[in-house]
Amino acid sequence: MSLLIEWAGALFLLAGGFLCITGGVGLLRMPDFFSRVHAAGVTETLAAPLLLFGLMLQMEWSLELVKVLMILVFVLATNPTATQAMARATLTGGQKPLVDCTREKEGESSSNS
Amino acid sequence: MLTAAIIAILVTMAMALIRAFLGPTEYDRMLAANSFGTKTVLLIALGGHAFSWHSYLDVALLYAMLNFVGTIAVMRFFQNRKLDGKQESGRAP
Repeated sequence: MSLLIEWAGALFLLAGGFLCITGGVGLLRMPDFFSRVHAAGVTETLAAPLLLFGLMLQMEWSLELVKVLMILVFVLATNPTATQAMARATLTGGQKPLVDCTREKEGESSSNS
Repeated sequence: MLTAAIIAILVTMAMALIRAFLGPTEYDRMLAANSFGTKTVLLIALGGHAFSWHSYLDVALLYAMLNFVGTIAVMRFFQNRKLDGKQESGRAP
């Protein structure tokens, strides 16, 4: 049973690390801001609880486990809120999402006024 | 596995730092800074367990709260500044 929990923790940590790197690549290579905020927000919302849950499975019973659970709940609550606030502030600030394919072919100047 | 996860977090932090340096708009830089902060929380939690530091989880919890409040504050500042510039074309809420 202990070995099973340890293997499950390793699996969770590996999946969290993979999602972390996926979010980083999406943050680096997506064409405009809204796709970037989508890539970063969606992957971070799953990557952080996966990593913290894997860490919880690797620890023993103590007060530290409850603290990790508190960090997990807090990150799970605030990360989508921050992402939504950023996307809303950008949309109010005048940036348009890149939805036109012909405009994308003209050049990658991001000043779509 | 803790080492692999820590290396993945460090690689992602480097990618977020590159995006923060060459982001075209200030929103991109703020998004990269928020992503960097979240990854810092994860790095403190995992690294503290791997290297058995003392009371690292309090630091991680405080940093998570500070990162969230800072992101919301900076985004509200951007929103108000842009709305002051073009007040006549703003939609009614």
